Amino acid sequence: MDKITLTIDGKEVAVDKGATVLAAARAAGVTIPTLCWLEGVQAIGACRMCVVEVQGARTLQASCVLPAAQGMVVKTHSPRVREARKMILQLILSDHRMECPTCARNMNCELQALAKEYGIVDIPFEGAKSSVRIDDSSPSLIRDASKCILCQRCVTVCHEIQTVGALFPAHRGFATTISTAFDLPLGEAACVNCGQCALVCPVGAIVERDDTEKVWHALADPDKVVVVQTAPAIRAAIAEEFGQAPGKAVTGQMVAALRRLGFDKVFDTQFTADLTIIEEGNELLHRVQDGGPLPLITSCSPGWVKFIEHFYPELLKHVSSCKSPQQMFGSIAKTWYAQQIGKKPEDMFVVSIMPCTAKKFECQRPEMYDSGVQDVDVVLTTRETARMIKQAGINLLELEDEMFDDPLGESTGAAVIFGASGGVMEAALRTVYEVVTKKPLENLDFEDVRGLKGVRAATVKVGDLDVKVAATSGLGNARVLLDAIRDGKADYHFIEIMACPGGCLGGGGMPIPTNWPVREARARAIYEEDKRLPIRKSHENPFIKKIYDEFLEEPLGEKSHSLLHTHYTKRGV
Amino acid sequence: MTKIAQLEKSIKKLDRNKGPLIPLLQQTQAIYGWLPEEALRHISEALDIPLSKVYGVVTFYSQFYLKPRGRHCIKSCQGTACHVRGGKNVLQALEHHLEVSEGGTTKDLKFSLDTVACLGTCFLAPVVMVNEDYYGDVAPKEVPKILKNYE
Repeated sequence: MDKITLTIDGKEVAVDKGATVLAAARAAGVTIPTLCWLEGVQAIGACRMCVVEVQGARTLQASCVLPAAQGMVVKTHSPRVREARKMILQLILSDHRMECPTCARNMNCELQALAKEYGIVDIPFEGAKSSVRIDDSSPSLIRDASKCILCQRCVTVCHEIQTVGALFPAHRGFATTISTAFDLPLGEAACVNCGQCALVCPVGAIVERDDTEKVWHALADPDKVVVVQTAPAIRAAIAEEFGQAPGKAVTGQMVAALRRLGFDKVFDTQFTADLTIIEEGNELLHRVQDGGPLPLITSCSPGWVKFIEHFYPELLKHVSSCKSPQQMFGSIAKTWYAQQIGKKPEDMFVVSIMPCTAKKFECQRPEMYDSGVQDVDVVLTTRETARMIKQAGINLLELEDEMFDDPLGESTGAAVIFGASGGVMEAALRTVYEVVTKKPLENLDFEDVRGLKGVRAATVKVGDLDVKVAATSGLGNARVLLDAIRDGKADYHFIEIMACPGGCLGGGGMPIPTNWPVREARARAIYEEDKRLPIRKSHENPFIKKIYDEFLEEPLGEKSHSLLHTHYTKRGV
Repeated sequence: MTKIAQLEKSIKKLDRNKGPLIPLLQQTQAIYGWLPEEALRHISEALDIPLSKVYGVVTFYSQFYLKPRGRHCIKSCQGTACHVRGGKNVLQALEHHLEVSEGGTTKDLKFSLDTVACLGTCFLAPVVMVNEDYYGDVAPKEVPKILKNYE
């Protein structure tokens, strides 16, 4: 690759030809502020925060879209640049609904941080302001257009990464707003609730619906048995909300914090992740024996499920009928567990801690009332949960490790890796191999399906059968596989699809920022948990054996079908 | 031929390589007189462009209409020359006579009334254009007589 040399703030920098001035500055250790730019996703030069002074150029240049040129002399913080950036911030703030102390993104807002950094103390521009228009029609996400700075990160993520295309700029000039088609409320649009928009929003214009008050209320109700389940990805990320660098699992401290919040039992979604493996593994074996329909596709991710319901309803027969682990947990907690403690389903209150905004939609689906009442009452994201822990004055990082409660807290390494893209596939292979061959699996690590990006495929020899599998995450990648299935060009047996890039560890409810280095750090924490756990195969979980002996009887049996499996709905676009 | 069949025909004849959305929207508006939601949904599916994006493009350009338009299109010029020669009074007379405000369409779908910034005929100011016809040096009291020419 040809190299180019330029001077940035008096320092010579050599970069590859084609690199932008912004990238060159970063390589030289110079930080240029940005708002609309999103690494590897969007560079549109819209917000102008990244302007720099280039010797010989008449006007300031947006460094995120300016290719570095040989001999270029760039100043990134000259008086002219700083004055321009200040005015840009003042202009953006002049039409921004400033309610910082009561905003969900207070203290984690890119605009607020820059306003502080640039010492903005007044907004000299008066005039029209966008009216407050809050869209709270979605069970997952709340939009406030009066905080939107029109950076279009949400649009790019929704169209380019997720290929959902629910949001786009509409109208013109001052009236421009990020909108759904026909300005439909988000809850009625073809949105899959993945929340990737909320993860990339630099401000508080798209945030998760805050359901914490419902949980506080239930915790204070002496007549309710309030149990909580935690998804695998939470333990690998929640410490970030308490100032820790990404990549540290705090499973025991998270359990302790939840117990201090007042939950009667702290259980683990990983228990039902193991259960999912048993049911889904058997479903796969049945489909292979009965001639299809193949490939079988996982159904754990509710954003993914709604995506196929909207955009590929003709392929729904490929989706596993297994409920997601969250929903299996809900129906088991309110039936089997409720029976054990002598309670009725309506006396139970089930809270889920999920990395996911789409789970808030999933728990309200009409199919998810198999205990007779809503199986999962409230879903909290990682961010909301951290908020509750802080409100309770609990310092998570100083707590002693505690253990999950029995019986719904026991799990395996196979279940923890559900949190990373490829993990469900790997967990299924560990079990399917041993169930079919009746021989112990020597190497448990299926490296071929690991890795967070793109589509990974592998062929695994299980007895006489070559099982062809694939795993991917991000709905744009899912589309590639779905098109191949539709065109008869995908001869896989089993495919894992997760809606969010990287899988659950990159979920729309995870700590902000969530970017690729952060996702990779969380993945490392998850695979270390897997290695650390004494049992690493779902079918070896002793409580899974117990639940089949005492209650479910057999995989895919009658009870399983009524409590652990579901059906899907064809939705329009 | 039904309108949807005409739209189908336009879609078949499109050059897909040349940014097909705006030309197709223009052809669709020529067929319907405006852009009904069903037509936009059809276009979104046929061109494989998300509906939100189709809507974004439609709302960006003032040439596209999301509500039914009148059979006759009135443009009342408010450019500099028409402004100083009483264009505002002519517009008010039009609004009063038609009982619609600027940008509106009469209930019987006979007329739509819009303002424009210049029609390039400043020597005739104030100017009103109805469909392809120019009316120059218009006095507010002449408005009813002009509109009588259209059925």
